[in-house]
Amino acid sequence: MSSHPSKSLRPQRRHALKTLAVAGALTGLNLAALPAFAADTIKVGVLHSLSGTMAISETVLKDTVLMAIDEINAKGGVLGKKLEPVIVDPASNWPLFAEKTRQLLTQDKVAVIFGCWTSVSRKSVLPVVEELNGLLFYPVQYEGEELSKNVFYTGAAPNQQAIPAVDYLMSKDGGGAKRWVLLGTDYVYPRTTNKILRAYLKSKGVKDSDIDEKYTPFGHSDYQTIVADIKKFSAGGKTAVVSTINGDSNVPFYKELGNAGLKAKDVPVVAFSVGEEELRGVDTKPLVGHLAAWNYFMSIKNPTNDAFIKKWSTYAKAKNLPGHKDKPLTNDPMEATYIGINMWKQAVEKAKSTDTDKVIAAMAGQTFSAPSGITSKMDEKNHHLHKSVFIGEIRADGQFNVVWKTPAPVKAKPWSPYIAGNEGKPDEPAKK
Amino acid sequence: MRRALLLGWILALCGLAPLAHALTQPQALSVAQGETDDRIAAIGKLVAAPDERTAVLLQALSDERVKLGPDQRVLIATDAGGGPFVDAATGAAVTLPPDASSSLEDVMLNNRLRGELDGALAALHLSSADKAERLAAAKALMDAGGDDARVALLDTAIAKEQDATVLGALKLARAAALAASPEAAKRLAAAKLLGESHSPETRLLLNQRLSDEQDPEVRRALQRSLRAVEDTLAWGERLGALFTGISLASILLLVALGLAITYGLMGVINMAHGELMMIGAYATYLVQVAFRQWLPGWFDAYLIVAMPAAFLASALVGAALERTVIRWLYGRPLETLLATWGLSLVLMQAVRSLFGAQNVAVESPSWMGGSLALLPGLMPGFALPANRLVIIVFALVVLGGMSLLIARTRLGLFVRAVTQNRPIASCMGVPTARVDTYAFALGSGLAGLAGCALSQVGNVGPDLGQSYIVDAFMVVVLGGVGQLAGTVLAALGLGLANKALEGVVGAVLAKIAVLLFIIVFIQKRPQGLFAVKGRAQES
Repeated sequence: MSSHPSKSLRPQRRHALKTLAVAGALTGLNLAALPAFAADTIKVGVLHSLSGTMAISETVLKDTVLMAIDEINAKGGVLGKKLEPVIVDPASNWPLFAEKTRQLLTQDKVAVIFGCWTSVSRKSVLPVVEELNGLLFYPVQYEGEELSKNVFYTGAAPNQQAIPAVDYLMSKDGGGAKRWVLLGTDYVYPRTTNKILRAYLKSKGVKDSDIDEKYTPFGHSDYQTIVADIKKFSAGGKTAVVSTINGDSNVPFYKELGNAGLKAKDVPVVAFSVGEEELRGVDTKPLVGHLAAWNYFMSIKNPTNDAFIKKWSTYAKAKNLPGHKDKPLTNDPMEATYIGINMWKQAVEKAKSTDTDKVIAAMAGQTFSAPSGITSKMDEKNHHLHKSVFIGEIRADGQFNVVWKTPAPVKAKPWSPYIAGNEGKPDEPAKK
Repeated sequence: MRRALLLGWILALCGLAPLAHALTQPQALSVAQGETDDRIAAIGKLVAAPDERTAVLLQALSDERVKLGPDQRVLIATDAGGGPFVDAATGAAVTLPPDASSSLEDVMLNNRLRGELDGALAALHLSSADKAERLAAAKALMDAGGDDARVALLDTAIAKEQDATVLGALKLARAAALAASPEAAKRLAAAKLLGESHSPETRLLLNQRLSDEQDPEVRRALQRSLRAVEDTLAWGERLGALFTGISLASILLLVALGLAITYGLMGVINMAHGELMMIGAYATYLVQVAFRQWLPGWFDAYLIVAMPAAFLASALVGAALERTVIRWLYGRPLETLLATWGLSLVLMQAVRSLFGAQNVAVESPSWMGGSLALLPGLMPGFALPANRLVIIVFALVVLGGMSLLIARTRLGLFVRAVTQNRPIASCMGVPTARVDTYAFALGSGLAGLAGCALSQVGNVGPDLGQSYIVDAFMVVVLGGVGQLAGTVLAALGLGLANKALEGVVGAVLAKIAVLLFIIVFIQKRPQGLFAVKGRAQES
């Protein structure tokens, strides 16, 4: 760092370096436990954007991890040691995700990382965790087409969200849709999901002329033309819209839908990235009846979920989390995060070690009683959870009514059979 | 008068349905609960022999005010908030124990049931004494389309109808119901008649029939009708596309107007312009929250207070920025750029700390929801969204106000004088420093107004300004720095071009194409559409 600093400058520079180090430590470990614990704790990395565009969705996942860690520590920790969170902020900056991961694994020596939301951030982290043999728990629904031995995917694969949703819309109760608008934000998740859906729809006999695929840039806010096009397209037959619009672009889209008078009973919109949290900033009255497909809804009634919501509300109030302290909301990625950290804890206890390879082996077949009401199971081989799929209708209060669900948990197919070239791929990560 | 009408309606209802009997509790339950198919059948049965309670129950179901009580009783909340309950079957008020509200179960609907309920309610309203209600019912039945069972109902209504408009709508609705009839002759007649319809829903119906129809003659009639309907709708669609362009232009104009002063006239490259809009939007949000809290009865009028509040909030912040930071940097564009960029980050983080990183919900007043049908007779299906229309008018008013201010008032004169030649203006006794502050505050206030307008169509969050700042600079630079007319034309041009392109190549490519166009244009003509002539420009 210092080549040949002049003598008079040296003390100042050293001072500056020290300040930098302190500042770095403060931002990096601002919630870390006291140093006295340092010897007998297990470090857990939390890699969620706390600033930038994705902060809206990801901040709450950081808090979910912290809540779960508090809960585990209150019960005596793991293997007799307390968990110590190491929080970093990759700031919605995809290359920074990789850098922070390297820092977590090499400097902080965390046992496991919980993090990422967008697929592009996961793709950026992937080579680092594979190279350093780290462990990443990824809690968000995604497009599949990936299977790494160092990653556990606790969100849905396309066959656990997109395909059941389309099946429902094709059914009599879903409206018997014949024409399809596939609308998304222009990046890897919507593109891949729509590729799978197009192939799936074709296998169900839908013609190419009855599928309209549309993309908008990130942060698009003027949906007039698109809604007018949907209206026109829907005159050709019973139409459903599959929306993979991500982030806060959903708000202007739904506002425009309401204004244009496209009612859910005429043209239902099913969304894969719209949950309780995303609807917080929306006047939901014109949206009643539009749909979302997830593996968890806050409105699901069962004792596990009641306890989960109660835990979260208490935690949000105690920690004074903005927004959640007045109106606590839970959503699917939060549930997935919560399942992930608890399963990891169970696996560590089973393996009696935090060694990555031993924990990976112990993860296979772990079960956990999930707030969605099922006993969630980690597949023995493919690093994905078995999940129930729910279709919910938006209610006037911003919650969802479950109108349909799969009879049993669905096993994830990360390699979608509807993408050419996936036929022979093994349903487990390659051994190195 | 109204009571007499109501009485007449009830009498007519009794006359129509001699079988009418009181709604029973099991009937009400069968509609509220069970498999979708069974519930639809139950609704059908109720409509065939309706009474007063049926209409109340179906209306409440459609408004989602129905709950299931603990003892399988079907209860109707008399107001949307869930207020006092009445029994669906008897209409008697029900007093529940205070802790019972949690044991009430919501009655669930799905989209298929919603459609059925709309049809059923329309069928009940067919015999209403109110002409407008009958007309609406006939149209709703028409949109509900091909249901053979409704033909008899429509026949009786047609036999009794006196009014020509309603009669026409009823006949069309009958044709729509007959379009799926098993008899080819009836289908043919229906197909021919449907061509007279002006409703976009007819197009859906005709397309659906066309895909199922086997009989060649009926197919030809369907195709002919479809063409006729499409012709009547075509102009509305074209105008609709034009309108979206103008609407985008109005937003671009609002966003750029403030910048036209701070950047265009004063020469401050104000990267914090977007954040001043964001402050305006948050001011709107706060006013909205205050109205909901303390003046819920006046909620629809909150924008009248929000507009000056947004203007003042942003203008004050703008004035503070100018006094503390920007006035030291006049004539140093690079430093200004960096300083205002920093300020924008500070403002964003300040708002994030105050309100949280999440977006806040700004509910539009009810009169800004929905859409306005212009010339429904001439151009069916051409309806303008109310909120967009309001924003266009708002943009025009702001533009008018601002150009008057700049052209006609003393302040405007001073602003122009100072920006054209600061030393001479100062020699003439113009307090240049104060004029700078006023002008910057004015530009900021306009940004606040833009934020107020944006809160009605988009998201309100700490990042709101970021998504508009580039557009704002694009408009001002393209229009020609220092030229109001140029700003207006550039906004209009960009809005229309963007929307026209989006219709052809999609949103992503349209955005790229517009950016490329601007780059090329600025290369060829750096001064923008309109250039200021004279010596001021060279200095």
